[in-house]
Amino acid sequence: MDYLLAAFAWLADSSHWTGRSGIPNRLLQHLAVTSVVVSIAAVIALPIGILIGHTHRGSGVVGAIVGAARSIPTLGLLTLFGLGLGIGLRAPILALVVLAMPSLLAGAYAGIETVKPEVTDAARAIGLSEWQIVSRVEIPLSAPVIIGGIRSATLQVVSTATLAAYIADAGLGRFLFTGLKTRDYAQMVGGAIMVITLALILELILAGIQRLARRISHPQLLTTTMKRN
Amino acid sequence: MKWLSQNWEHVIGLMVNHLLLAIPAIVMSVIIAVPLGRLAQQKPWLGKPLLSFATLMYAVPSLPLLVIIPSVLGLPLRSSATMIVALTLYGVALMVRTAADGFASIDQGTHEAAIAIGHSRRSLFWKVNLPLAIPVLASGVRVVVVSTIALVTIGALLGQSSLGTLLTDGFQRGIVAEVLTGVVLTIVLAVLLDLLVVLAKNLLAPWVRSGRAAV
Amino acid sequence: MLKKLSIVMSVIVLAGVSALTGCTSNPDPSKPTIVIGSQGYYSSEIIAEIYAQALEKAGYAVDRQFRIGPREVYLPEIEAGRIDLFPEYSGPLLQYWQPGTTARLGDDVYAQLQQATPPGLRVLDQSAATDQDSYVVTQAFANQWGLVAVSDLAKVTTPLILGASSNALDRPNGPNGLLSVYGIEVGFTPIEDSGGPLTVKALKDGDIQLAIIYTANPSITANNLITLEDNKGLFLASHIVPLASDNVDEQAASIINAVSAAMGPGDLIGMNARSVNDQLPAQTIARDWLTEKGLI
Repeated sequence: MDYLLAAFAWLADSSHWTGRSGIPNRLLQHLAVTSVVVSIAAVIALPIGILIGHTHRGSGVVGAIVGAARSIPTLGLLTLFGLGLGIGLRAPILALVVLAMPSLLAGAYAGIETVKPEVTDAARAIGLSEWQIVSRVEIPLSAPVIIGGIRSATLQVVSTATLAAYIADAGLGRFLFTGLKTRDYAQMVGGAIMVITLALILELILAGIQRLARRISHPQLLTTTMKRN
Repeated sequence: MKWLSQNWEHVIGLMVNHLLLAIPAIVMSVIIAVPLGRLAQQKPWLGKPLLSFATLMYAVPSLPLLVIIPSVLGLPLRSSATMIVALTLYGVALMVRTAADGFASIDQGTHEAAIAIGHSRRSLFWKVNLPLAIPVLASGVRVVVVSTIALVTIGALLGQSSLGTLLTDGFQRGIVAEVLTGVVLTIVLAVLLDLLVVLAKNLLAPWVRSGRAAV
Repeated sequence: MLKKLSIVMSVIVLAGVSALTGCTSNPDPSKPTIVIGSQGYYSSEIIAEIYAQALEKAGYAVDRQFRIGPREVYLPEIEAGRIDLFPEYSGPLLQYWQPGTTARLGDDVYAQLQQATPPGLRVLDQSAATDQDSYVVTQAFANQWGLVAVSDLAKVTTPLILGASSNALDRPNGPNGLLSVYGIEVGFTPIEDSGGPLTVKALKDGDIQLAIIYTANPSITANNLITLEDNKGLFLASHIVPLASDNVDEQAASIINAVSAAMGPGDLIGMNARSVNDQLPAQTIARDWLTEKGLI
């Protein structure tokens, strides 16, 4: 418990809140890395996941890939990319994009797959094109699950983005590494508290968006009956 | 390949260490998460905060956790117990929601019919609810298995020997083959253990064959 | 389900463990088992492996606990008596126990280290081999500004960025020490690979101009890097010195002292090069060196 008290004392020290390596700047960097990573990963993973969910093809293969991809050690990936790309943010961003993909992909295809065939068949019967079925029927109906995927990906990236500080002068991870290596555990735990706080805020925002999406896509259902995510 | 041919004995040793850390953590995660999930599903007033706490737990960065756990439990910084406790915390955090979903997925009619034919509370859990929840629980176990196997590597930063050692050592010496070996074998271990879970699920719940990946 | 699974897995694991432990030479039961540790640094592992093989040759049973992260992690374990023998570096070890020490030269550091070592532990003879932090620049940069010694950095008019592990931030040889001892102001970029390939790459890419790299790191010569002479004594001498517990008896101590006496600075660089360039495992490098020196 001493560590926690010391960490709060560290956080309360106003000198840690200014300058290039102050808490606000590190927090912004962390947030920027997280949003860039989740955006890139979403642009790649969501269309693929939606396509698979819509065509019902390749979900077995993707299921296997998603499972295996979850087991890729981010530290290893970061090292490999670092050896190739050098210091700075490129290697960590690339490694984190790989980390974020499985949750996004799984959210997208599982979401689309859960749309009942009767619904899509009805849409087809009234003359909607395949593209219209995807964009006007399937995506809106599965939005809560897709957002659930974005939510878990974001959470993973926020906590793992601390590893970026292994080879870049960026993010809240700096407090963790500096604290570890200089035996300043108050700084280390203080940094961790900031990471958790950021995760909590993002989690609340995304949960709110998810609830909103659920209310729009399934207005007839009570929100409590939707257990998924 | 030259590197691997000279070091395969060392690599096998690290693989064993990796499993010795991961498997106890996976087993403990499941043993703790299943009853917690059951509790969360039965008592929503307790379940809601419990599930939110689990989500936040998952957001705790692993490095500080590995430093805080020893200070709280009075363990040395480098001990397999520290690593296993940390991995278990993450595993429980990952699994508890799926466990709650698993019990929620049981048809209410089946549940009531089981009570009607005279199951006690205890046998209701062991003979009806738990087996029926197995398909969903298994999907949760699979996620815990693969992510735990991957997380073990972080311990290398604190001197905890595992396949992660190949990552840090290969990095220092600039041997790409060594880092690659670490990455690939971690994935192989995860896939093999994952297959074992699927196999076990098919044995224990033969009525469902097609598993859908958990989100 | 879990029970079955865990039984299956424990069988696999046990099979693996027994396959691994079947390969030790026959130790003398009257001698203590010596637990040897090493840092999470390949060079430290090679030296620890040399200690281990030399002791095994004399009939000691050895328990290898290698690649234990940073000093913060392993030193408490040595102090608690869980590790008996550890290849250390005299300067950084002294600084761990006495952060404010003013000793810089090899013999002063060793003398103070003997004083600072807590009861129950002792340092054996120090070796001539050193592996110490040093400031390194690329050859092109050295030529451009005419750099030989650290004080020459004052001639550089463009901004200087130092790349090193974040522990340099609170050590005397980090940006603070550079400012207070040499009056030179530098920016700092943390790279956590302890002067490894990423640091070298960052130097060559021009992301940093100055790096802290260990003197026995073979990448210095491999990449034509220039080590700046520390003319004002910012860096502590850092000889290889074995840290031993009381469990290391007289005979074991004399074996290790013989190893330290035989090891020169060139030996260490040569062995590190075999590790990095030839990618050989520590066991092979240690065995070859001990054979060459006639120690086993």
